[in-house]
Amino acid sequence: MKVLVPVKRVIDYNVKVRVKADGSGVDLANVKMSMNPFDEIAVEEAIRLKEAGTATEVVAVSIGVKQAQETLRTALAMGADRAILVVAADDVHQDIEPLAVAKILAAVAKEEEPGLILAGKQAIDNDMNATGQMLSALLGWSQATFASDVEIDGDSAKVTREVDGGLQTISVKMPAVVTVDLRLNEPRYASLPNIMKAKKKPLDEKTAADYGVDVTPRLEVVKTSEPAERAAGIKVGSVDELIAKLKEAGAV
Amino acid sequence: MHFGLSDEQEMIVSTVRRFVETEIYPHEAEVERTGEVPDGLGDALKRKVIEMGFYACNFPEEVGGAGLSHLDFTLVERELGRGSMALTHFFGRPQNILMACEGAQRDRYLLPAVRGERMDALAMTEPDAGSDVRGMKCSAVRDGGDWVVNGTKHFISGADHADFFIVFVATGVDETPKGPKKRITCFLVDRGHPGFVVRDGYRSVSHRGYKNCILEFTDCRMPDAQVLGEVDGGFAVMNDWLYATRLTVAAFSVGRARRCFDMAVDYAAQRKQFGQEIAKFQGVSFQVADMITEIDAADLLTLSAAWRLDQGLPANREIASAKVHATEMLARVTDTSLQIFGGMGLMDDFPIERFWRDARVERIWDGTSEIQRHIISREIFRPLGA
Repeated sequence: MKVLVPVKRVIDYNVKVRVKADGSGVDLANVKMSMNPFDEIAVEEAIRLKEAGTATEVVAVSIGVKQAQETLRTALAMGADRAILVVAADDVHQDIEPLAVAKILAAVAKEEEPGLILAGKQAIDNDMNATGQMLSALLGWSQATFASDVEIDGDSAKVTREVDGGLQTISVKMPAVVTVDLRLNEPRYASLPNIMKAKKKPLDEKTAADYGVDVTPRLEVVKTSEPAERAAGIKVGSVDELIAKLKEAGAV
Repeated sequence: MHFGLSDEQEMIVSTVRRFVETEIYPHEAEVERTGEVPDGLGDALKRKVIEMGFYACNFPEEVGGAGLSHLDFTLVERELGRGSMALTHFFGRPQNILMACEGAQRDRYLLPAVRGERMDALAMTEPDAGSDVRGMKCSAVRDGGDWVVNGTKHFISGADHADFFIVFVATGVDETPKGPKKRITCFLVDRGHPGFVVRDGYRSVSHRGYKNCILEFTDCRMPDAQVLGEVDGGFAVMNDWLYATRLTVAAFSVGRARRCFDMAVDYAAQRKQFGQEIAKFQGVSFQVADMITEIDAADLLTLSAAWRLDQGLPANREIASAKVHATEMLARVTDTSLQIFGGMGLMDDFPIERFWRDARVERIWDGTSEIQRHIISREIFRPLGA
């Protein structure tokens, strides 16, 4: 079984995000970019499936600017077998919207015919949480979102989902789109031998036009603003004082 | 001329940086407070590094290392320099002097060290022999076919975790026109070898948790098989391999300076006095400008010295320049950063005071600044006969 893993290049989770002065978005100039952490978990899961003999090949795909190549190399250094880069924008500030991404991924899936698509549940830049769901609808495949456990059993998969009330276990028919949550696994570091091999692994470069997908934005960003600054805390001397303060704040 | 890193080098840097940030930083405060590496943490770190294929990455592939070039390895060291030495010690980089192992020594010392099964420590310094290595008193004399060693070594870093030691010992004296000159031989000594004990060392102001120990030899009997390199060839072994530790100190200094600098910049951009961020005062902002200029200069000096080694070019002078400049830069950067933090910089709530203390030893160990300047000027004047 082939596993397709979409990976997105996003602002590194350690970077202190700065909003552009005109409020049109987040400043990405000279900012450290990395693989979306949820996608890293998806890559890790795919590699584990391969190590367990369930998957035969892991293909990473990224859609965005040319620099997303670095993100794909990271996936290859973690252990993915090959990569596909779909260049869909020149400007690092242009975000490709979920529907366009899902359409491109659907086209890639038709070509590659994977048995499973493992994706991050959302990207940490705009937190859309939509691509996986749209993709499964476009392909007419089953979907299982927010996975914290995935067991493949022949032509079905048992997926434990992290839902609001706790955990929900569902069984889905393969092929399926599974989006992964934080607790599914702990992604490995790229290994030194794989870093050295990554450059030799195949990385195909395509464009959005190759798949006939129009990536023109349909959404308009009206305004981006910094979240309210958190006020400094206070130190209390005793449990009684703590309770009094909490009552004062209406928290208990 | 090309100053960019390759894709592989970028990935090496980001992987090691992330490892240090994720696996080392969270434990630093505890190591600092207790002066100890928490039980089991060293082994856990080691296991992860072995899994990542980074353990002993300074060794060639034919002995099981990753075969990194000097430049690649210097980048690894630079990123490791950001973290606590007590902990990054377990990101094992055995002494490359072990490549001098021959025959059975390879199976006993070199290969297990590369695999992460046995850790090594290097012992040269003595109470009366610091920069003056040849002044060492720890000596071995022939007895039958064996050697009998007596004497003391101190300031032996990493000795508390070492399974064996690479020890330099005097094995005779040559009379030369300039006076008597000691002959030095390098021995491989196992922990627990009869006549050899490892004692606790001193409490250092720098690098808490990265302990220095005292080694004592009392009629310690060893066969020729324990000699690394040739008998009386200790200086040759030293010269062939010990350049690496000086380059490591330079690279560590650059990495730590960058971490300290980033914290100082963040602080200066946020801290307000007299109604504005202190970064807006030229007294602060110009210090920041000087710091980054010096850090970049030391970084390039260090990487270019490593590059020269890879090219097979003479690098002794360049390594000494990198070591002296990077360590003295680190002293200035940590001191200036502390000044930017003001009184808060002296409190152990921030790691700035630690960086400042840790920086002090870098100008002393692996050849003092004075010795580095001696090396540099000797390389310049020796060809002129002066």
